Amino acid sequence: MKTRIYVTLKNGVLDPQGKAIHHALEGLGFSGVNDVRAGKLIELDLADGVPTEEIEAMCTKLLANTVIENFRIEKAA
Amino acid sequence: MKSAVIVFPGSNCDRDIQVALRDFSGHGPAMVWHRDTELPEGIDLIALPGGFSYGDYLRAGAMAARSPIMQAVKDAAGRGVSVLGICNGFQILTETGILPGALMRNAGLSYVCREVNLKVENSQTAFTSRYQAGEEIVIPVAHHDGNYTADEATLDRLEGEGRVVFRYNGEVNGAARNIAGIINEAGNVLGMMPHPERMSEPAHGRTDGRRMFEGLVEALG
Repeated sequence: MKTRIYVTLKNGVLDPQGKAIHHALEGLGFSGVNDVRAGKLIELDLADGVPTEEIEAMCTKLLANTVIENFRIEKAA
Repeated sequence: MKSAVIVFPGSNCDRDIQVALRDFSGHGPAMVWHRDTELPEGIDLIALPGGFSYGDYLRAGAMAARSPIMQAVKDAAGRGVSVLGICNGFQILTETGILPGALMRNAGLSYVCREVNLKVENSQTAFTSRYQAGEEIVIPVAHHDGNYTADEATLDRLEGEGRVVFRYNGEVNGAARNIAGIINEAGNVLGMMPHPERMSEPAHGRTDGRRMFEGLVEALG
């Protein structure tokens, strides 16, 4: 079972990487970008029947640092 | 003072801290591999060295914080054993939750490798008793992820409890309130981005870091 974990910085946490990407986009002439936030996508190939709580535990124990990051779990069909 | 240095794959300051601890305490520290599950008996100080454990994969210090030896380090810290985390060691301490906050990518995105002016904010710790509060010292930094971040309430609490031990005198990496080093509530776990072990003997150019080791030897025997 393919499962995607999206890890993003919490609101209010400064994202220097996103800022640099924003500047680079502006440098390329893309003037319509208001803001850029960079995050991570982690793809898990899970055995059938792994419960959601266990995936959440994977996120809180390792995949995301919940001091600064949020995560979202997306199970593929 | 009996000490141990935890060695992770990708640690690169483990030998620097080994030499400093050996020279100042008179005993070579035990070098403990990250896959071990127990520390040697009677350890007074555990050092988590600088470096790039696990290649900084996922987040700096994230993998190392979950390696087998860290449960023993947590237990020892809980019993009051002194723990010194330098650079990657500080990142590992925040990733385990032993110290609050997180160390993010430097605000300027650049790797910063230079000497910095540090203000000693708290000299009432076993790590800083040989310094004067308010004293300015020079210690090198070498890091990409030293931008200390925590929510405002945590920052206020750290400041109010005197737990900000070192502060950059000037902008270095975007760290909240220029925080360079903090201590836990019990006062036995210090995490800091600068490297005192790299400024501890005359051949290093300056010796501002040596008083940390002298103070630790004095406090821990």
